[in-house]
Amino acid sequence: MAAIQNTIFTPGTAARFDKLATIYPLKRSALVPMLLYAQDEVGYVSDAVVAEIAQRLDLLELDVRSVLSYYSMLRTQPAGKYNVQVCTNISCMLRGGFELLDHCKHTLGIGHKETTPDGLFSLEEVECIGACCWAPAAQVNYDFHDDLTPAKMDAVLDSYRARETK
Amino acid sequence: MPDVTFIVDGKTLTAPAGTLLLEACKSHGIEIPAFCYYPGLSLQAACRMCVVRIEKMPKLQTACTTPVAEGMVVITDSPEIAQARKATLQLLLGNHPLDCPVCDAGGECELQDMTFKYGAAESFYAEPKNHREEQKWSPVVYFDRPRCILCYRCVRMCGEGMDIFALGVQNRGSSSIIAPNVPPQLSGVVENGVELAQLDCEQCGMCIDACPVGALTSGTYRYKTRPWEMNHTATVCTHCGDGCKTTLGVRSVSDGTQILRGDNRDKSGINGDFLCNKGRYAFDFANNIERVTSPLLRKNGELVPASWEEVLTFAGTRLRDLRQERGPNSIGVIGSNRTTNEENYLLQKLARTVLGTNNIDHHRTADFVTLATSLQGTTGRFASQHDVATSPAILLVGGDPTNQAPLTAWNIRANVRLNKARLYIANHEEIKLRRQAKAFAPVAQFGYGAFIKSLAEDTDFSKLLHAEEKLIVLIGNELRGGELASLIKTLPNASFALLADYANSRGASDMGLLPDVLPGYQPLQGSTIASEYGAAGAPGLNSAGLDLLAMFDAAAAGKLSALYVVGSNPIQRYGIDPAALKSTFLIVQDLFLTETAALADVVFPAANLYEKSGSVTNSFGDLQLVSKAADKAGTRSDFEIIVRLANHMGHDIKALVPFGKGPSSLGTRADMGQTRGAASGEADRHAVWLTANNMEPRLSPFDPFAILDEIQRLVPGYDKLLRLQLLSGNDQHLAPASTGLVQITAARKDLVLPSADTLFSSGSLTRYSPMLQDVQRHQSTEAPSPLASAD
Repeated sequence: MAAIQNTIFTPGTAARFDKLATIYPLKRSALVPMLLYAQDEVGYVSDAVVAEIAQRLDLLELDVRSVLSYYSMLRTQPAGKYNVQVCTNISCMLRGGFELLDHCKHTLGIGHKETTPDGLFSLEEVECIGACCWAPAAQVNYDFHDDLTPAKMDAVLDSYRARETK
Repeated sequence: MPDVTFIVDGKTLTAPAGTLLLEACKSHGIEIPAFCYYPGLSLQAACRMCVVRIEKMPKLQTACTTPVAEGMVVITDSPEIAQARKATLQLLLGNHPLDCPVCDAGGECELQDMTFKYGAAESFYAEPKNHREEQKWSPVVYFDRPRCILCYRCVRMCGEGMDIFALGVQNRGSSSIIAPNVPPQLSGVVENGVELAQLDCEQCGMCIDACPVGALTSGTYRYKTRPWEMNHTATVCTHCGDGCKTTLGVRSVSDGTQILRGDNRDKSGINGDFLCNKGRYAFDFANNIERVTSPLLRKNGELVPASWEEVLTFAGTRLRDLRQERGPNSIGVIGSNRTTNEENYLLQKLARTVLGTNNIDHHRTADFVTLATSLQGTTGRFASQHDVATSPAILLVGGDPTNQAPLTAWNIRANVRLNKARLYIANHEEIKLRRQAKAFAPVAQFGYGAFIKSLAEDTDFSKLLHAEEKLIVLIGNELRGGELASLIKTLPNASFALLADYANSRGASDMGLLPDVLPGYQPLQGSTIASEYGAAGAPGLNSAGLDLLAMFDAAAAGKLSALYVVGSNPIQRYGIDPAALKSTFLIVQDLFLTETAALADVVFPAANLYEKSGSVTNSFGDLQLVSKAADKAGTRSDFEIIVRLANHMGHDIKALVPFGKGPSSLGTRADMGQTRGAASGEADRHAVWLTANNMEPRLSPFDPFAILDEIQRLVPGYDKLLRLQLLSGNDQHLAPASTGLVQITAARKDLVLPSADTLFSSGSLTRYSPMLQDVQRHQSTEAPSPLASAD
């Protein structure tokens, strides 16, 4: 495979992408995992990420954008350092998911898909995250927090704030 | 495939196995509505309009994806099906604006038709509509998002049909949209503080054509008129050499009839529904205010408007005097490759019989003389445009059809996609069509001679070619003369076509706008035409005349007393020094005051190909009818101007154009064998031919069909013409006669000058088409980095 010149990714990720492009019967099948790994590294899917992934998988940038826009967990704008994702799907809704979301909006002072001015938190209303039996649940980056109440949510948010002041 | 029998709505039908139910019903006159289905494109089954009840299947089935099967019993119309389709429409109308009277597609919208048919206009969905502003993606493509019903026809048309993939589907569910390939943040186009997405593509407008609703609209047509307010005329595009059929929508304006739209929605002719950017939009040169609309005469060094009578009298008298004083061979004539066959024939006849000279030429863009002479003695070896769409194997040597002959490229792609045709390409550049090619042989620039030699060797490429039983060879204008002849010799079983650059380049050659060849590639001596022309009273026609460049050399040397230029701009195209013409009497007839016309002593305002009737022959030899669609006050057809000029030279018009009853001219009279009794004496050949073909004489000297009669009578190859086919708007494939053609020598000068036109240029017309200018600007500034498009 043609080596990518001046990759925008770290050597580790670039090596991982080199391999990803070879392990599927169709090269383009590596698109979604690549986008997720790229988002983890860069923070969001930037135009540069789109361009390089398209080049790696012999796709048009338009194809990458079409897939990218389909999935709500892929974002094209930077998020806060801690991305708070509150579930409001049916189980969580019945157990207070919307109250939780409203509480977060109020305490963080931001709305859906917005980021606090200090860049620490961003908030997102998401569909089911697969934690229905401990509803209501929220996900901060890749950490799950379940069986939440507004008070418990405050504690969760404080724990992330505390990490920053250390 | 064997036929299968099945029952639709109680009628027993048969169709080849594998036919889609929807297509099988359509060919038997049973309509099944569909939005997403489009013939020739991949199946989508997205719209659910084509649902039908098939016995023994549990649910309604989509007719667009179901192949017919033996014994299948289908119901296409029942209350259940009507209800299902109505529900589909209600969902589609959930967010679709209900404002047909202001929509550009009103009156020709498939959604509107279906809503009328199934009565779904009263929607259950009372929520506010999700409105978005419409977007301008390019000068010719606009997108109105709320009207889109996500049938994906445009996406497939662009990807599969055009091989560009400039359109995609973004987002999900009810917020899905069609998106172009240059996203807003990268386009650099900002309007009112908003970044706008742009489209980087070949700007063919096929997406607009395929759109069943008013979501994609044409920048040149939108909101100007209504389909039922226009008159529609089917004619032939004036731009490249492919000869696409186009239906022009026109309306009356104060100075004639204006063209508003070009498309080919009836899918007739060699191009089906295809048109490229130029065919679809670049008719706007005809409406350009810079059109010359009055004859111009040079007085005191300046071109000033004058009456037709004054200018014709002046030009005719002057030409006659110059012919007398300085001899017929001091006069030159340059013809056009955008005028009709009849005009071209008439012009060379004027040169040869009225002026009395072989000094006639045109801007050659392919070497048709070599093609005709190389294939002499064979039959069936001239490829037609239809063959490009159906032949199992195609070899493309040189040329770049994507840019120079877009229909040829479209047909090649469709043939490869739909019929699994094998495409072989030899080119000095990595042209876009290589993506469809089974094998690509890179050739060094100017290295086609070596490539032709390599075909005789045992290379992988030549093995593939020689294994093909039925091969058509398309040849770009890199090959001519000896190379062209040797390529044809190397492939003795293939059929051939040359890719020329203009609407009637082939016609100009076939009609003898050449100094060394009579119409039909007949020799200057010994042919029927030669004897008829000779008898018309023009000695000195036995040797070749001056070619285009030699005429200007003669002019520079002061030996050319007059030059008559019809629809051509040699000063600009050939880079001729204007000073060469300072002592030559110059008559130019053209649409615009081109570089050549600006030097003229007399300028006649000519009609363009959309404003006249006649016939044209495309690069492949497919002859088609040209019908008058538009009109521009002040202009006249080239045909009429040529006839009037001959008249003002004092020539017998009946000798030039055979029309009316009674003896036409001396030239066509001959002893036809009636040597006894009252019928003895000379008969009029033309009248005899007309009678033999059950035709009446034409009544007017300005009727191009009078000359078509003569062409059919005299030009070998064109004698195969079928009038009913022509008048029905069907194309006919004509090939030059297989024997008796002119002999050419190896020393014959190569005067082919490719036009070097792109998708967005069309010779001298480019600068008079605001749309082409705008698209060129768009492609260079708003879509500067080629993402996907024509490379």
